[in-house]
Amino acid sequence: MLPIVDHPKAARDFVTDESRSQWHDDALWFVRTKRDRQAGSVPEWEYLRERASAIKTETIANLADYLEQFEANATARGVVVHWAADAKEHNEIVLDILRRHDTQRIIKSKSMLTEECGLNHFLEENDIDVVDTDLGERIVQLRGETPSHIVLPAIHIKKEEVGDTFHTHLGTDAGASDPQYLTEAARGHLRGKFLAGEVGITGVNFGVAETGGVVVCTNEGNADLGVSLPRVHIACMGIEKLIPRLDDLAVFTRLLARSATGQPITSYTSHFHGPRDENSELHIILVDNGRTTLRQSDTFRASMHCIRCGACMNTCPVYRRSGGHSYRATVPGPIGSVLSPSKDARSHKSLPYACSLCGSCSDVCPVKIPLHHQLLAWRSELVGKGLLPWSKRVSMKAASTLFRHPTLFALAGRMGRTSLRVLPRFATHNRLNTWTKARELPTPPKQSFRDWYAANRDRPDDKRRGDQ
Amino acid sequence: MSVALFVPCYVDQFYPDVAIASLELLEKLGIDVVYPGGQTCCGQPMANTGCNDDTAPVARRFVDIFADYDAVVCPSGSCTAMVRHHYGSYFDDDDVAFRHVREKTYELCEYLHDVVGIGDGIADQAGASIDVQFPHRVSVHQSCHGLRELGLGSQSETMSESPDKVLSLLKLVGGIQIMPLQRVDECCGFGGTFAVNEADVSAAMGRDRVGDHLQSGSEVIVSADMSCLMHLQGITRRQKSPVHVMHVAQVLAGRNVPVTSN
Repeated sequence: MLPIVDHPKAARDFVTDESRSQWHDDALWFVRTKRDRQAGSVPEWEYLRERASAIKTETIANLADYLEQFEANATARGVVVHWAADAKEHNEIVLDILRRHDTQRIIKSKSMLTEECGLNHFLEENDIDVVDTDLGERIVQLRGETPSHIVLPAIHIKKEEVGDTFHTHLGTDAGASDPQYLTEAARGHLRGKFLAGEVGITGVNFGVAETGGVVVCTNEGNADLGVSLPRVHIACMGIEKLIPRLDDLAVFTRLLARSATGQPITSYTSHFHGPRDENSELHIILVDNGRTTLRQSDTFRASMHCIRCGACMNTCPVYRRSGGHSYRATVPGPIGSVLSPSKDARSHKSLPYACSLCGSCSDVCPVKIPLHHQLLAWRSELVGKGLLPWSKRVSMKAASTLFRHPTLFALAGRMGRTSLRVLPRFATHNRLNTWTKARELPTPPKQSFRDWYAANRDRPDDKRRGDQ
Repeated sequence: MSVALFVPCYVDQFYPDVAIASLELLEKLGIDVVYPGGQTCCGQPMANTGCNDDTAPVARRFVDIFADYDAVVCPSGSCTAMVRHHYGSYFDDDDVAFRHVREKTYELCEYLHDVVGIGDGIADQAGASIDVQFPHRVSVHQSCHGLRELGLGSQSETMSESPDKVLSLLKLVGGIQIMPLQRVDECCGFGGTFAVNEADVSAAMGRDRVGDHLQSGSEVIVSADMSCLMHLQGITRRQKSPVHVMHVAQVLAGRNVPVTSN
C-alpha cells in the first residue's frame, strides 16, 4: 500500500520558506502571463477550446474503435504496436525490446507516462542505464529527484543549485550559475550520450487514428536527436493521447504550446509515420494503467481530455506556493489531484482538499476540463468511501445540525461572539487554532444582524417562516 | 415584487453592518425587501467538504424558506454560486420550488446591475440613486466564485469579455478612485475550510494579495464577498498593514471608512 500523502504537511517546508515560495510563484506567474498574451493573440481562442473539448469527448466516447483504427494504420506503416494494461506490463515490454537488441544505452526524451510507470527505476534495477535528455529532466535525474512539474520538470530548482549539481556530476566550475554556461555544459555532456545511444525512447503528445502516426512536441529537439541515430525508437503513449484525424491536430497544436509555456508553437513538432527505413524499428506501446477505469466514470471521464500542458499548475495559486513535490505524485497540481485519487483514493485523499476552489484551472484549461468541479466531486467520493477524518465528519455534522435549528444557531453565535470578546487572547489565538497562526480573528459585534433586524425592522409578514 | 434578503451565516454573526447596508441600499432604491426569519446558511461549508448528506437538509430548508419570494438577494458571490450551481445535486430537477429559487437567487451587485439596471449604461438615471460620496483610493478584490462561477466580470483566464458589475457600480460613487492591481483576479486563499486545512498555503496566498493591494496605493480593499475580506482583514491586522476592508454594499450605502485601526 502506498503511503498516505498529507498535503498541508508535505507543503509546509516549501511554503514557509518565503523567499523560495515567492520566487517559485513569480516564475510560474510569469509563464501564466505569457500564456495570457498568446491566448489573447488568437481571436478564436475560446472557439478552439470548445473544439478541442468536443473532439476529445468524441474520441473518448469511441476510444476502442479509434484505438483499433490507430493500430491497423500504424501496423500498415511497419510499426510494432504493443498493448500494456498497466505500468508493469509497459515496463516489461520496454525491457523485452531492449534485451532483444542486447542494449545498455538508452536515451530518453521527456515522457510523463514513463515517469508514471516508474520506467527509469525499473530499468536501473535491471542494470540498464537511462539518460534523460530533456535539460530539466536531466537536472532532476542527476539530483536523484523526480520532476516537480510536467512541462517544467526542474522549475523548483534555482540556477545556483543547478550549478552545484553540474559541478558534482559534469565537472563545471564550482559556483558557476550562468544559465548559458551551464546549458552549454549540459549540451556537450548530452551530445556524447546522443552519439552513443542505441535505443531512443520518447513519449507521445498525439497519436492520429486516421494515419497511424504519432506526434512529439519538444523545445530542445532532444526527441528528434534521440531517435535519429539509434535504429530502434520506442514511443510510449497513454491511450487518451489519441485524436481521430490529422485535421484535428491543428486545433491541439495551436492550444498546446500557448497554454503550456506561452509560445505560439513548440520549437519542434515531429511526426513519426512508421520506422524510418527497413533497418529500423518503431515500437508504439499503448498504455492503459487505470485510464479505462477513469473512462467508466461519468464524473471524472473528462479528465481524460488532458493534453498535459501544465497550464493548470502554472495558474494554481496553491501549486505555485507549495511546489510540485508537495503532491507526492507524478502529475501534481489540479489535474494531478483529480487523477491521483482515481488510482488510490486512500493515499491521495488530501489532494482534492489542497484547493481553494478558485476555479482558475478550469478557465485556463485548453480542453475545458471542469477541474475544480471534479476536485469538489472527489471530496464527496472520499466522504462516501469513509476517508474523511473523523474530526471533520463530526464538525460538519454539528454544523449541519446548527444550520437546521435557527434558534440554536443564534444561541451558538451569541455564545461564540461573547466568548471571543471576553476570553483572553491566549485562549483564542493559540497554536490549536490554525486560523490565528497568521491571521487575527474578526472582532465580534455585540449584535447579530438577525437581532438588529428584530429590533429595527421586524414586520409581521416576515414571520411566515419563523424561528420555530 | 417581494424580495428576500439572504444574509450568509458568518455575515449575520460577524459583519451585521454588511447586511444592514445591503438592506438599506435595496430599501433606498424602493425595493420591497424583507429578511425572512429562520434562515441560517446555504450549506456551502458542508458541501465543500464533500459531506452531501449533511448539506441536503440545509439546502432543502433554504429552498423552503425562500420559495415564496419573487427574488432572493444575497451580498455574497460565493453563497449565490452555491445555490445556482451546486444545489442541483440535492434536488430533483422537476422540483418547482428549487427551480424557482435557483433561477431567482442573485448576488447583490448582479441584482442591482442586471435586474434594477443600475450601472449598466442603459438605466443610468438610476445612477442618481447611488447618491453617495467615497473620496478614497480603493482596490477591488474579485471573489473567485463571484467572478468565475457567476460571471460578475471578465476573468483574466478566458478571452471573452463581460461587463464588470462590481466595478460599474463602484464607478457611480462620487470621489472614488479605483487603483489598479498587478494580479487582477488571483484567489485570496480563503476557500472556506481550506483556510484552516491548508493554513500555511492559505496565509501565504492572503499575504501576497494584501501586498498587491498595498502596492497599488489603495486605502480600502472592496469586495462583493465578505469571506475573502475576513481572511484578508485577518492578515492586514496581524501585519498592521495600513489598509481597510469594506464590503461593496457598505460603500454603495454611503458608509465611511472605519475609524478603528483597519
